[in-house]
Amino acid sequence: MTASIDVAARRRRPQRYLPLQVLLGFLLVYFLVPFWWVIVNSSKDAAGLFGGGNALWFADDIDFVGNLRELFTYSGGIYARWLLNSVLYAFVGGLGATALAVLAGYGFAKYRFAGRRFSFAVLLGAVMVPSTALVIPTFIMFSGLGLTNTIWAVILPSLLNPFGVYLMHVYARDAVPDELLDAARVDGAGEARSFLQVALPLMRPAIVTVLLLSIVATWNNYFLPLAMLSDNDLYPVIVGIGQWQGVASANNAGGTSLWSIIIMGSLVSVIPLIIAFLTLQRHWRGGLAIGSLK
Amino acid sequence: MTLQITETPPPYIEKKTRRGARKVPLREQLIGWIFVGPFGLVFLAFLVAPLAYALYLSLFRKAMIGGTSFVFLGNYAKAFTDPSFLDGAWFVVRFSLVLIPVQMLISLAMALILDMVTSSFARFSRLMIFLPYAIPAVIGALMWGFLYSKNFGPLGDIFGLFGASAPDFLSNDLVFYGLLNIVTWQWAGYYMIILYAALQGIDPTLYEAARIDGASSWQIVLRIKVPLITPALVLILVFALIGTLQFFNEPQILRDLAAGTIGPDFTPNMYAYQQAFGLANFNYGSAISFALGGVVFVCVYIFLFATRKRGSFLS
Repeated sequence: MTASIDVAARRRRPQRYLPLQVLLGFLLVYFLVPFWWVIVNSSKDAAGLFGGGNALWFADDIDFVGNLRELFTYSGGIYARWLLNSVLYAFVGGLGATALAVLAGYGFAKYRFAGRRFSFAVLLGAVMVPSTALVIPTFIMFSGLGLTNTIWAVILPSLLNPFGVYLMHVYARDAVPDELLDAARVDGAGEARSFLQVALPLMRPAIVTVLLLSIVATWNNYFLPLAMLSDNDLYPVIVGIGQWQGVASANNAGGTSLWSIIIMGSLVSVIPLIIAFLTLQRHWRGGLAIGSLK
Repeated sequence: MTLQITETPPPYIEKKTRRGARKVPLREQLIGWIFVGPFGLVFLAFLVAPLAYALYLSLFRKAMIGGTSFVFLGNYAKAFTDPSFLDGAWFVVRFSLVLIPVQMLISLAMALILDMVTSSFARFSRLMIFLPYAIPAVIGALMWGFLYSKNFGPLGDIFGLFGASAPDFLSNDLVFYGLLNIVTWQWAGYYMIILYAALQGIDPTLYEAARIDGASSWQIVLRIKVPLITPALVLILVFALIGTLQFFNEPQILRDLAAGTIGPDFTPNMYAYQQAFGLANFNYGSAISFALGGVVFVCVYIFLFATRKRGSFLS
């Protein structure tokens, strides 16, 4: 592989280009400023927030713990419940979507069946249908079935991930050689067994990527749960924070204490995904390129 | 990258169809359908059915008196003369025309820089620039809303240093740029990673050959790197187009912070949401959703068709 030679060559003589690094430094500040603001200001109370101190630096008393306690006890500790809901929706929806995408992508890549070309063309078309256009009719369908305002109203539509199927198809087609599958069959493995024991391990990088993308998509989905759910207790964390934010904006003076909870809540809500991305970065970085190299 | 992706279909298909053997054993067909089937069911239930249902609903109108009546394309005719819808659509089009080139140039520039610079600081920056993608759009909008805010944002302090008053990115005049900044911040890193991965997939011997032929760094960028990652550029353009035309989250969140600047009909998607859930006018809301989805689909399809020779994910 040529890339490894390239890596070795670069390692011997790291390319630094000082002006470009300075430029990167400026970009870095831009991309990190909102995070910095949230970290700094989640340590402040209402007086620190509105008292006119430096918005990008800590106030005199740093009260992370107090704000955290306030966040998790406010309104009967509903924030913890929202976090758990988000985890439930993201994992069930994300895992389900990934499992379906792996099966379908493999099926499209490795089997011939009547209607295969047509189905795949329809699938590619579906990648381009904006998912928010589906929310309103899905809501009305679900409301007829009595499914709105249940966890299924959020989980079931999240199982649909046409782009994930496309990525798995491209990957399975190239990463799982037909010869290997044929060899497994000759050795007496059934279709299920050659899929599980031969193909699946080879598809792992793409599976991690699709899983991560599906989980992020479900975790970050705002429109769908906003439309489907009316019960506070079922909200995912971002819909909950959005609701708090509406309340706090509506009563400007009375809502001042709510702002420190909202800022702390925003910080806490982004930590899980950041951890997921940082720990899994070796896996997703290569995988993201799958769709773009074609 | 070990992936070798080609335009041609898998070899076994080519072989068999060329020989004219169209009959695939029934058993293989069945197994194929067993693998694709579960997704197919979800696809029918949560994509085909809602779209068909939206189309159906959009053909009716519900009146206070007289109940529901069939109006055929009446809702669409109404939408395309409704200033609320047209203004929102016009905003989204203007926004895309500015946002997409800006976003693509920034992410391309960052990807090219990160492809050249190989220090550990560059590796760290790459990860940090990507980080906003992990942030829910709602939280991202909220963070920037805070930074823009007169009450607790830093803009006042920073501009105060120079004796100037801070621009208000939540005002009527500047909210366009306020939103532009939020969306760019959120997505540029994701696009950058896609482009960066594509750049890393280029065979570096090409650069050596070009250098021997006397090409400058600029020529290598413009004549080798950019042309070779065109498929990735097309892909991110499609993503950006789909995302921007259905703009909802960020303006919806900023609505509360920017009292009066952003109305409930600011974008077509917000208008559809308001019609459906605010006014219980599901027929009209469905018509707007369907029209919007249809327009996005047609735009993207035409675009992909026009660029198909340059290589796209729609092979």
